[in-house]
Amino acid sequence: MVKTLREMTEQAEGLSSGHSLCAGCAESIIVRQVLHAVGQPVVVACATGCLEIATSRFPTTAWNVPWIHSAFENAASTISGVEAAYRALVRKGRMPEKNIKFVAFGGDGATYDIGLQWLSGALERGHRFIYICLNNEGYMNTGIQRSGATIQGTWTTTTPAGKVVPGKPEWRKDLTAIIAAHHIPYVAQAAAHAWKDLETKVEKAAAVDGPAFINVLSPCTRGWRYDPSKTMEISKLAVETRLWPLFEVENGVWRLTYKSTAPKPVTDWLKSQDRFGHLLRPENEHVVESIQRNVDREWAWLQRQCSLATVTA
Amino acid sequence: MTLKASERRRARSATGRAVAINGATLVAHAMRQIHPDVVACYPITPQTIITETFSEFVANGLVQTEFVAVESEHAAMSVCIGSAAAGARTQTATSGPGLALMWELLWVASGSRLPIVMHLCTRALSAPLNILCDHSDVMGARDTGWPILFSEDGQEAYDNAIQAVRVAEHPDVLLPVISTQDGFTITHGIERAEILDDASVRSFVGEYSPHRPLLDVEHPTTYGAWDYHDFYFEHKRQQADAMEKALGVIEAVGQEFGKLSGRSYGLVQPYRLDDAEFAVVVLGSAAGTLRSVVDDLRSRGVKAGMLRVRVLRPFPTKAVAEALAGVKVAAVLDRALAFGAPGGPLFEDVCVALTTNGVGPRLVNYVYGLGGRDTLPAQFLQAFEDIRRIAKGASAQPVVRYLGLRES
Ligand SMILES: Cc1ncc(C[n+]2csc(CCOP(=O)(O)OP(=O)(O)O)c2C)c(N)n1
Ligand code: SF4
Repeated sequence: MVKTLREMTEQAEGLSSGHSLCAGCAESIIVRQVLHAVGQPVVVACATGCLEIATSRFPTTAWNVPWIHSAFENAASTISGVEAAYRALVRKGRMPEKNIKFVAFGGDGATYDIGLQWLSGALERGHRFIYICLNNEGYMNTGIQRSGATIQGTWTTTTPAGKVVPGKPEWRKDLTAIIAAHHIPYVAQAAAHAWKDLETKVEKAAAVDGPAFINVLSPCTRGWRYDPSKTMEISKLAVETRLWPLFEVENGVWRLTYKSTAPKPVTDWLKSQDRFGHLLRPENEHVVESIQRNVDREWAWLQRQCSLATVTA
Repeated sequence: MTLKASERRRARSATGRAVAINGATLVAHAMRQIHPDVVACYPITPQTIITETFSEFVANGLVQTEFVAVESEHAAMSVCIGSAAAGARTQTATSGPGLALMWELLWVASGSRLPIVMHLCTRALSAPLNILCDHSDVMGARDTGWPILFSEDGQEAYDNAIQAVRVAEHPDVLLPVISTQDGFTITHGIERAEILDDASVRSFVGEYSPHRPLLDVEHPTTYGAWDYHDFYFEHKRQQADAMEKALGVIEAVGQEFGKLSGRSYGLVQPYRLDDAEFAVVVLGSAAGTLRSVVDDLRSRGVKAGMLRVRVLRPFPTKAVAEALAGVKVAAVLDRALAFGAPGGPLFEDVCVALTTNGVGPRLVNYVYGLGGRDTLPAQFLQAFEDIRRIAKGASAQPVVRYLGLRES
């Protein structure tokens, strides 16, 4: 059962206020929603990135739950180690079974790129943990560089929009599908504004006996270049333009969890952020067209996955 | 307490079960007896025997350890970090490139003060690819804040594996520890050794009571926070202090282990050094050959001796200086190159130990045995010949020399 808003507000916060994430950053919103849905006791591991840096400057910590940061790439294996320790200590009778939940947070850089091997290994081994990718489509903590989650045409500091190259040349990798190919019990895509959808997914993820993965779109006011008051609006636009479909893969069954009755063109999304400003110039029309084609192609593929699932289910 | 020497060869008593076995399997048995909570390993020659043997113990229910067969050594160390922070007694094993892949995390483990034990089977580093023994790998880890114990043979690899747990977990230390054995020479060489009974080992290592474990969910702890210039320096100083304290702890544990096994251990092991005029300083398995060379020279009236350094980090500066104080010329043997440095890694440490204590012999450096090259008694004899000539006035240049190398 999904908790009501009131129940959520009455819960202790795993991540307290007083951290130094930017105003308007979706990361803290998502983390708090996730921790509400998971409940306690919980142990959290974090990859290097905005969330980690903004919450753990010694001698302070914003974490009210046991928390570990080891390095950029290895949050999945760090939490594997914690979970393995728990299993061993319970088995040896050195601590009681407490139904502790294990959660790892990593940015898209930490997850799509440098940490993919560690994540893949941990998923294959079947540790019981939830991996949350905080996907802000770039390396924000090091100053807005491209990642494997950055879409074509995006301005970043390593794919600047120049005279001959209009932003990032490549599309993005479909990490959620890559993770789904590990055939773990639960995989989903979610977004910050759709809190109820996210919480339901986290609760499902927390209930499975094995690994679970949720890729959450996390708008970044600094990197995406929009007014901090617009975070939720922009998150919603990503879903409405089908740039970020919400779906889940539960025991191999693909299912959309939201379908807009009136999908919007990707230009609406591109217009909402200054990182795409250059794409709106006439000479870059072909890039916008290409983005729309990629979005349509991915949507069609996702539709097929979902209908295949209903046939076999 | 200044304990100069290990007397284990003279005091070898039959407290354990004598077996003929290779060093890597011996260490796997030590791990079985220690019964860690979590072991995370990735296979690499010549360490693979440890991973495979320990997996068998797990598969046959001889241990209840959580064995995590990871996808790389970097992941092995990452799992170890998570597990040790969680509050579990944690171990791993690796060699050469595996250790190199872990390098980033060696700092995380020591900086987070996690008492992980690593069994390192020493191996050369690429390129060219070489799977055989030298000490290039361990020298790359020498400044990462892990105490490092060197073994001379399988017996000592077994003994050190057990002692390493006590050193790492000592409240004054709380550092991860590397216990080495030379690749192939010790890992694969079959020797007579004694395995202690399981109960004695278990009571020697004791029950683990972790410091501020993550799994103590009622008392949430933050591991791996970041520091600005305001705290980083102080935290590093605390690590340096823990290293300093490790020296005494290693000695005390080595003595206590002697009471259990009849084999006590110190920081260094001098051999026929009391009245020696010429000496070699060495790490690891070459000490065996050198002992016979020293005996040979002694039988011919040459006042030869050997100093085996058992603890590379923290470096036993005082013990080394005391042991070499009376020697005229010494040769320091390095089984690793430090490209562009004034000498090999051990050579530099010995130089500093002597200079800062204001004592000691003239020194030359010999690089030997790289990439598994055999070093024969005749070559060590050659080194002794050289230093005797230097004592009589021959030049000590070049300082860095090579043993057993084809020069043309
Ligand atoms: C091995 C390694 N390489 C590079 C870095 C530098 N680094 C730290 S955080 C980061 C980017 C983080 O991006 P992401 O994972 O997307 O998280 P975000 O900060 O955007 O939330 C990089 C490149 C590092 N810490 N370690
Ligand atoms: S840079 Fe972006 S992701 Fe990082 S804290 Fe600011 S808004 Fe959040």
